[in-house]
Amino acid sequence: MASTDTPPPTREAGDLAGLEAGLDALETQHSGRTPWRQTLTQKVLPPVVAVLLVLAVWQALISLKIVDDPTKLPAPADVWHVVRDAWLQGELLGYIWTSVSRGLSGFLMALVIGTPLGLLVARVRFVRAAIGPILSGLQSLPSVAWVPPAVIWLGLNNSMMYAVILLGAVPSIANGLVSGVDQVPPLFLRAGRTLGATGLKGTWHIVLPAALPGYVAGLKQGWAFAWRSLMAAEIIASYPDLGVGLGQLLENGRNASDMAMVFEAILLILVVGIAIDLLIFSPLERWVLRSRGLLVRG
Amino acid sequence: MATTLAKAADGTGTATHAARIEHVSKSFAGPAGPQLVLDDISLDVAPGEFVTLLGASGCGKSTLLNLVAGLDRPSAGQITTDGRPALMFQEHALFPWLTAGKNIELALRLRGVPKSERRGKAEELLELVRLKGAYGKRVHELSGGMRQRVAMARALAQESGLLLMDEPFAALDAITRDVLHDELTRIWRETKLSVLFVTHNVREAVRLAERVVLLSSRPGRIARQWTVGIEHPRRIEDTEVAELSVEITEELRGEIRRHGQH
Repeated sequence: MASTDTPPPTREAGDLAGLEAGLDALETQHSGRTPWRQTLTQKVLPPVVAVLLVLAVWQALISLKIVDDPTKLPAPADVWHVVRDAWLQGELLGYIWTSVSRGLSGFLMALVIGTPLGLLVARVRFVRAAIGPILSGLQSLPSVAWVPPAVIWLGLNNSMMYAVILLGAVPSIANGLVSGVDQVPPLFLRAGRTLGATGLKGTWHIVLPAALPGYVAGLKQGWAFAWRSLMAAEIIASYPDLGVGLGQLLENGRNASDMAMVFEAILLILVVGIAIDLLIFSPLERWVLRSRGLLVRG
Repeated sequence: MATTLAKAADGTGTATHAARIEHVSKSFAGPAGPQLVLDDISLDVAPGEFVTLLGASGCGKSTLLNLVAGLDRPSAGQITTDGRPALMFQEHALFPWLTAGKNIELALRLRGVPKSERRGKAEELLELVRLKGAYGKRVHELSGGMRQRVAMARALAQESGLLLMDEPFAALDAITRDVLHDELTRIWRETKLSVLFVTHNVREAVRLAERVVLLSSRPGRIARQWTVGIEHPRRIEDTEVAELSVEITEELRGEIRRHGQH
């Protein structure tokens, strides 16, 4: 050491920088994207197998004449023909669009109402004590219960459908935000306060972004509730002037004792509900969780 | 870089104390009436001084730090600081919805730094903690030591004259902690910040501080103070560090033993 003329501070700094770079390199984990083949076998294959299995059992029930009454259980092929005919006559997209446009605009309204409501319940103690329990209680009330009063108050029209959607979805969205806010780690709030994020600034910069995972979970559930409420409303309050949505399609099938049409409607309701979730809400949720390192790959 | 640092130093230049704690007591409501946690603490931190608060569990050192940070109010006495102090926690407390760079920019934004200057300042601060390429990294992509360095950069972004540190390296492994000790010393000397550093690790206290303040437990009182005159750069294995650590540890053990005698 005596032979070096380098002044100690520089040597120290150089050593430290190198040491630190080494530590950083050793401790940083690299994660690449999952290969597509793995995605295929782990994510796509299992649901496809499950669906094929259900179809096989269904077909077996018909072929082996275990159920031998097409008015009780139509063959998969019959349902497929009904769907295909509706598509060829250009009616299928109409059914879907009637319901989806209602569902999504109702959901957007629920979003606009549920978000500030949730924030109010989460942040204002009096409001929480006053309506918090009612709001969580409303989630366990099947929204189909709102259809009869909504028909009486608003008549057989689109407003009534929207009212039922709102009563179904608003509590979920608001509750999601409330639980998201409740789960914000106190450390974030303290850190925010020392940085000067208090009051509204604290809500905007710290509380809302920290509550996002809970909020998105609420949105996801809110959509499921909105869709279920809408179907209940369409089935019960089917009225020709309202246009034929998927719920009305189901009711029409029942009235015509056309089991293939009933199955068609049920299938479409299921597929559309899942598709909206897969296309909008699941990617949103994954993005939020992944960007925070909360999603374990594998 | 020079401008950022000079400004931080200026903030403390006018005041005679970075922090002044005068006859501060704090009690919390306990099951058997109010419990005294801090008893008549008086302590000044001079501008540019590095002070460690050392004590066993229950000495109220974190409570005292919270009081200085303004997160809680003393039951009696008075605390004056030069502006709002910056605070670092044992956990990094970085916001996971923001990148490393944006975490620092949030601190700048809340301090009123105009948008056009934020990015440049954030990158300067990352360079100061030697994380030049980490601007766009998410918190979960960084190692524990890197997170604490980003947290340090974020605290420095507040350009407060006083940095409060609440056992910021306690959760790190020994090698990383040792490196961060060097790093903190380097930054403290470059920025001329005042630091009030809480720890229960005697060697850490001696290695870093100019002054070590030992608190007794239940209630916390200032038991003894040492001025540490050891030249920088210090190493945790230096004999001088070890000798003073032994002396302080003896004193600390004495304080702890008194509690077993009741």
